[in-house]
Amino acid sequence: MTVPQTVTVDVQRYRPEAERTPTWQRFEVPFQPEWMVLDALNYIKDHLDGTLSYRWSCRMGVCGSCGMMVNGTPSLTCATYLETLLPGPIRVEPLRGFPVIRDLVGDLSDFLTKLRRVTPWIVREIERPLADGEHLQTPDELAEFKRYSMCINCMLCYAACPIYELEPEFLGPAVIALAQRYNLDSRDEGQEGRTDVISQHDGIWACTFVGECSTVCPKDVDPAGAIQRYKLDAAVGWVRALALPFGSRKA
Amino acid sequence: MTNPAYRRFHPRWHRARIPIFWWLRKLSYTRFIVRELTSVCVAYTAILLLVQVWMVDAGPDRFERFTAWLASPVVTGVHVVVLVGLLFHTLTWLHLAPRALILRVGRWRVPGAAVLAGHYAAWLAVSGGVLWIVLGR
Repeated sequence: MTVPQTVTVDVQRYRPEAERTPTWQRFEVPFQPEWMVLDALNYIKDHLDGTLSYRWSCRMGVCGSCGMMVNGTPSLTCATYLETLLPGPIRVEPLRGFPVIRDLVGDLSDFLTKLRRVTPWIVREIERPLADGEHLQTPDELAEFKRYSMCINCMLCYAACPIYELEPEFLGPAVIALAQRYNLDSRDEGQEGRTDVISQHDGIWACTFVGECSTVCPKDVDPAGAIQRYKLDAAVGWVRALALPFGSRKA
Repeated sequence: MTNPAYRRFHPRWHRARIPIFWWLRKLSYTRFIVRELTSVCVAYTAILLLVQVWMVDAGPDRFERFTAWLASPVVTGVHVVVLVGLLFHTLTWLHLAPRALILRVGRWRVPGAAVLAGHYAAWLAVSGGVLWIVLGR
């Protein structure tokens, strides 16, 4: 295939002070084989239209800021080569499921509010004094939760989840995966409190296992797997409570 | 929920309407909807089984009439469609099982393929048991 000189990028624009609904704007961007979609957006902002708004920061797939819909798929624009999207045009939209503030910038406050509800930090019944030193873990204990700790809050899983779009009260994949990350941490003692939140109707039971959240996750976190494991744990806990009504509910 | 702190600068947000055919956007969404819809085939099969038991209890005449109805071309055609739906539902769920079930033997984590194979083995064993009961009478 011959290398094109330029590539067409269709960008969704939304300027609330000027228009009621989003519109599309077409840009011709020079094609460079090493460029990512984010490089094309930066070119547009630097050379073609300085008013284009979008989020980005690290440019290396770590900060999770530059998530957008690229040709209808939630993607980190800093990790998506233009070359893989030829011949174009390439369609760039804000992440699906979130209210759009401007152009490609979504309001992620809903996620942050929900995240706080699952106490995404190590909860201890009695805090250990610093003088006691580190709380050591074995490699096996680390491996138990490490996968879920790789989440970069990029929100691609939310944009891929039709349930979150249809039922915005759903806690969503990343919140539940992060809750699971702390539940599986041997240093944590906050599982009971998190389970109270996660096992509500807007928690794990709202998930119908579409599985797209895990497909699009750039860090292989597998939120869908986390949710199903949680469901299984909740079901086992329920049976245990039924069988041993006066026994301990803890595993 | 939007952050009120933004409202000063942006009087309104755009929230896209969800199209009624959202499930045609991607093959995975369509597969998910078909998986959910084919649960109707599972429910139908369970009810049919209960009706069959009820007909056995109702006497030979009614049971004969019922089996004749089952053998009619239209009902047979419907049941072929139900069988396809049932198999699709079963297979898609079996293939999702390794994602939910994390099994360990000591420190060794049982691979997903083995979990899937176990489900298939259980399915075949139960089906074989049912066949043995039906054909062995």
